[in-house]
Amino acid sequence: MNVTTDKIIETVGLTVAFGSGATSTTAVNDVSFFLDRGEAFGLIGESGCGKSTILRALAGLNPDYSGSILSGNKEVGHRRDKAFFRRVQMVFQDPYASLHPRKMVQNVLLESLIIHGFDNHQKRISAALDAVGLGSAFRYRYPHELSGGQRQRVAIARALIIEPEILLLDEPTSALDVSVQAEILNLLKTLRRERGLTYLMVTHDLAVVTHLCERIAIMHSGRILEEMTVERIRAGEVKEEYSRNFLAASIGYKPMEYAS
Amino acid sequence: MTDKIIDNSAPLPTTIGEWLRAPVPTSPFQARTQQLWLKWWRLRSNASALFGLCVILAILAVAIFAPLLATHDIFEQNLAQRLMRPSAIHWLGTDELGRDIYSRLLFGARITLYIACLTAIIVAPIGLLIGTSAGYIGGWVDIVLMRIVDIFLAFPSLILALAFVAALGPGIQNAIIAISLASWPPIARLARAETLTIRKSDYISAIRLQGASPLRIILGHIVPMCMSSVVVRVTLNMAAIILTAAGLGFLGLGAQPPSPEWGTMLSSGREFMLTNWWIAAIPGCAILLTSLAFNLLGDGLRDVLDPRNG
Repeated sequence: MNVTTDKIIETVGLTVAFGSGATSTTAVNDVSFFLDRGEAFGLIGESGCGKSTILRALAGLNPDYSGSILSGNKEVGHRRDKAFFRRVQMVFQDPYASLHPRKMVQNVLLESLIIHGFDNHQKRISAALDAVGLGSAFRYRYPHELSGGQRQRVAIARALIIEPEILLLDEPTSALDVSVQAEILNLLKTLRRERGLTYLMVTHDLAVVTHLCERIAIMHSGRILEEMTVERIRAGEVKEEYSRNFLAASIGYKPMEYAS
Repeated sequence: MTDKIIDNSAPLPTTIGEWLRAPVPTSPFQARTQQLWLKWWRLRSNASALFGLCVILAILAVAIFAPLLATHDIFEQNLAQRLMRPSAIHWLGTDELGRDIYSRLLFGARITLYIACLTAIIVAPIGLLIGTSAGYIGGWVDIVLMRIVDIFLAFPSLILALAFVAALGPGIQNAIIAISLASWPPIARLARAETLTIRKSDYISAIRLQGASPLRIILGHIVPMCMSSVVVRVTLNMAAIILTAAGLGFLGLGAQPPSPEWGTMLSSGREFMLTNWWIAAIPGCAILLTSLAFNLLGDGLRDVLDPRNG
């Protein structure tokens, strides 16, 4: 494993268990990984393998974890403070559930600015909406007046308006249809290039993760099986049997194999 | 910014109708008004709710314009004309002291609405705040608050109100306090149940990740979501509040004679029920109509305000 000094976020022996006693299940088991500043790291695995649980623990939504989470080589507390949220933001999977149904787009964005004490509210809101390709016409809209893709753009604008360094992406495209998925992925790619963001993306979709990320970890039943670069995944150079099956299943039907 | 708006909606709206239907709202005020307009359209198609609303508005108008509509002095006694049947002079007859029932009924609407509205204003914020705090914070806060609610719920509300009035002394203000004390717990329960269903939702997680304080989350994000069901519940409760107020008046613990409160009027008409039915029947019908109107409106509001309807 290459050692760099600029680890923006790191987990060491992260373990998350739900329930207690005989009914206890370990969703995440001794997971360690790190993100370099400016890179995009993908966690991929089947449903229920614990990838979203890692993200929720990282974000601070689930304070009941053991092991440690480090940010900039300093351990962060189990209860996060405002300064942490200023640096780390998250985009949720389901854009239909992640926006408050009674709040106008403008108020959603305004609230983040007020919480973190930003000035120039109106200008920043316009800039954030332009950045995600929505424009001012969407300013006074309610979520139920927007499509799934537009809602996800608002959610991205909300996460980015306070200028974080790290964006946690919890399957940000899986609730959208294919053409909109591509738009959102390209938007995320552009935003990352423009702002030098660090992405941690969780998904079960191999195509999505290879499109956006440089380094990928395959997860299975709460553990990271192996970590590799996108190039190696593309070349099919994987060590574990499970990873090979996973890749084969993701790539799908391949007539060449049967022909040869 | 302006050229974008012109691109989207060709001419600028000139009438209120166009302004309300404009596809792209240009101000927060316009966006909010458009939402209200949509709700009003949905309410309009509900005949019974509309009937309830009309009756309530009529009662409100009667209460406001009571001095103009009344034909007699409501306190003036005229024993020569006691227990008169409804006639051209006394439209709804006179009571046992010769007072005009029609005029008293009009002024009684003021007292009834005063009690109902003031109780609602006291009860809704208390119930909302306690319920949402218990639901969102959870833990021992939830346990303590909900046990208090359980204790209040264990008493029948009229008996509880009776006990408070007995302790505080009879009178309208004390009746309002007593009714409020008896009717906030169901609202707290409702608000807590609503809070429990939304506290784990993504949009609450999202605002937590923005770094919002629990107070901001409860007041700014959870309360607006509970608001509609609480409004419906309070409207439906209005009927119960009016009945409890009338009940207290009937028992001589609410408004005191010679105040024209409907329950008090009903109570004084009780002795003459068999010979002069209208003395009791008329305020009784007024109570029935008002309660019914609030119930119908509450039912309609439930259909309109339910967030599940978008």
